[in-house]
Amino acid sequence: MAADLTETTTAATPRFLAQLRPHQIVLGLFLLAYPLIASDFWIVQIGAQTLFLGLIGLSLMLLAGYGGMVSLAQMAIAGMAGYMFAIFGENSANLGLGWPWWLVLPTAILFAVAFATVTGFLSVRTEGIYTIMITLAIAVAFFYFCQQNYAIFNGFNGFAGLKPPQVFGVDWRAPYPFYYLALAVAALGYFGVLYLSRSTFGIALQAIRDNPRRMAALGFNVRAHRVAAYALAAVPAALGGLFLVWFNGRISPGTINVGAAINILVIAILGGLGRPIGPFIGALIFVLLDNFAIDLIARERFNLVIGGAFLAVVLFSPDGVLGLWDKLKRRLAKRGGA
Amino acid sequence: MLSTTRRILLSTAAAAVAWGLGIGSAAAAGDTIKVGVLVTLEGAFTVLGEDSMRGAELAFQQHNMSAGGKKIEIVTGSSDASPDSAIAAAKKLVEQDKVDILIGPLSGSEGLAVKDYAKTQPQVTFINGTSAAQDTTLRDPAPNFYRFTTDGVQWQAGLGEYAFKDKGYKKMVVIAEDYSFPYTQVMGFMLPYCELGGKVVDKFWVPIGNKDFSSIVASIPDDIDAIYVALGGADAVNFLSQYEQAGGDKPLVGGSITVDQTVLGSEGKRKDYMLGTPSAGPIADSWDNADWKKFVEDYKAAFPKGFPSPSLFAHGYYVETLALLTALDKIGGDLGDNQAKLRETLASLQLDTPTGKVSLDKNRNAIADIFLTEVAEGSDGKLYNKVVRVIPQVNQLMGMDEAKFMALGPASRDNPDCK
Repeated sequence: MAADLTETTTAATPRFLAQLRPHQIVLGLFLLAYPLIASDFWIVQIGAQTLFLGLIGLSLMLLAGYGGMVSLAQMAIAGMAGYMFAIFGENSANLGLGWPWWLVLPTAILFAVAFATVTGFLSVRTEGIYTIMITLAIAVAFFYFCQQNYAIFNGFNGFAGLKPPQVFGVDWRAPYPFYYLALAVAALGYFGVLYLSRSTFGIALQAIRDNPRRMAALGFNVRAHRVAAYALAAVPAALGGLFLVWFNGRISPGTINVGAAINILVIAILGGLGRPIGPFIGALIFVLLDNFAIDLIARERFNLVIGGAFLAVVLFSPDGVLGLWDKLKRRLAKRGGA
Repeated sequence: MLSTTRRILLSTAAAAVAWGLGIGSAAAAGDTIKVGVLVTLEGAFTVLGEDSMRGAELAFQQHNMSAGGKKIEIVTGSSDASPDSAIAAAKKLVEQDKVDILIGPLSGSEGLAVKDYAKTQPQVTFINGTSAAQDTTLRDPAPNFYRFTTDGVQWQAGLGEYAFKDKGYKKMVVIAEDYSFPYTQVMGFMLPYCELGGKVVDKFWVPIGNKDFSSIVASIPDDIDAIYVALGGADAVNFLSQYEQAGGDKPLVGGSITVDQTVLGSEGKRKDYMLGTPSAGPIADSWDNADWKKFVEDYKAAFPKGFPSPSLFAHGYYVETLALLTALDKIGGDLGDNQAKLRETLASLQLDTPTGKVSLDKNRNAIADIFLTEVAEGSDGKLYNKVVRVIPQVNQLMGMDEAKFMALGPASRDNPDCK
């Protein structure tokens, strides 16, 4: 974390784009070429799902990694965007308002940001475990509200028949367009968060995480910074939520239940909260385990594999897979130097 | 040094990825048929999902894991009863494991989602599990989706009439869980009941897993004859004990999964209260019939750790799997021409099941026998569901004229209504 800070202060402009390292370029090229070598299942179910779950994880990473606030409400915020997309757009229950896509998408994101801002106001006075509890309470309350409200949220059934808008005559739900759209938005989120972390606001946020009292004494409005972080973090969450409903073609309270909220925490912790790439790594591991654990072990026990992997990572590396990677790099560097 | 190691790491990762993708593209060999079985092995319905799997396995075992001269390979998929997870599991089975046929899912809303997904995968034949929502087949059906089990409306055949005529209940209230399956159950009960002149003065919809029924118990009117309860498992037990504590004594009428072993195991005052409670469903544990008894014995022999008697989920998956295997036998396992032969055979199949004859209607939904039961006391002093009568060959329109039935509209919280 300290290393991150010194690194960031030296490069506070978009110049970091020019500072890409070779392995980052290789990874980028691989992600671009990936659909050429993969089947539809691997493109959408694994590839695109990793990218948009990573986006929701990214919003938690931003809050927890840079702001020191672990929020369990990020899935609810993503769900808010998904629900608003269904309600203002079109759905198969004929309950949508049928607005055009260029109005629906910003509206959905705005609602998510507003929801996140309120969540932020309610929770920023708390610290640590209390933040987790209050955001969990908000997530659960939203889940039950959606489940029991029939007038707006259509209760238990939710909405089906949700499709990405047809823009430029492209079917954005087809494997290739869906993957590349998810990749583009994920890249936007990734670089956006990277840029944010090196901006004045990002530095201040990280300083508040490390010592809020000193920052307050220096004249920074600690609470405003934290609420702003919630609002900003809602954007990747909302985008991820939109992809989620396009991917499933539907949204119902089950999409945003406690299990789903915990999954986002698992994704963020599994990958590591240190850098924005962490949630994407976590999402990849999570999606692979979620899809293939049932093939590895007797079907009654496959959730053990998922839980076991999570435990193992948390036990051996509190910083997630990123921490393992850093540890490995350090050890190799030491051996290389000696 | 560092960069060499990193390169090795990267190439290992690349190799692992390539290997993973390679597995995905491996097609099924010519002499095996891949069957995906989608059940619920996570969440609240896990126990039911495990029993579903027993039903499917029993059918496969009795067929020696082969049909029409080809070996059958089973791939399992699991959902948590939510439509999202059912779709994810179905996608994995179809697009990654490349199954030829998919059997499942277990619950109502999942079935609706899988039906929609089936439309995008015309090369695969989908056979339902125990999902019992009406519109999986009734409205906007998928041409490659077959259901050899009956829906929640059919399951209640004869119950409304029995409650009105034989029991003499003229005025009732409904208490049910708030999702698609109980909607259909309530519709199945109310259609004949309202037609005969019965009144349902109020309906109470509760979320699944509701613990506190006190507000509902308090608002049940005094001048009713009976209560129709469509709650599952723990919800039913919770309601019953709270209703009893509040001094309630109105008789019950039960949905298909309401009066199960947990309720029948009651002792003392509750036992007397439960006696005579009618319900209806696709199976009846105590049916005195050779085919059914043999099925129960086979189930017990194959799964000593299973339930004391197969649940309607084991029965459902058994019937669906049996239909598939019988059809495959008839056509010699020929899946050529986009499975055309299989689909023709399934559509015209006359299947003998442990619960009587099953055939499909034009929407590929089952026409089958339904069992009207009533809680009775056995010679050993234990409660059981005694078969009152078997309603033969119930179809999805409940014997009504098609145009008239469709005009009723889909089952919902407010439909049907007869206050």
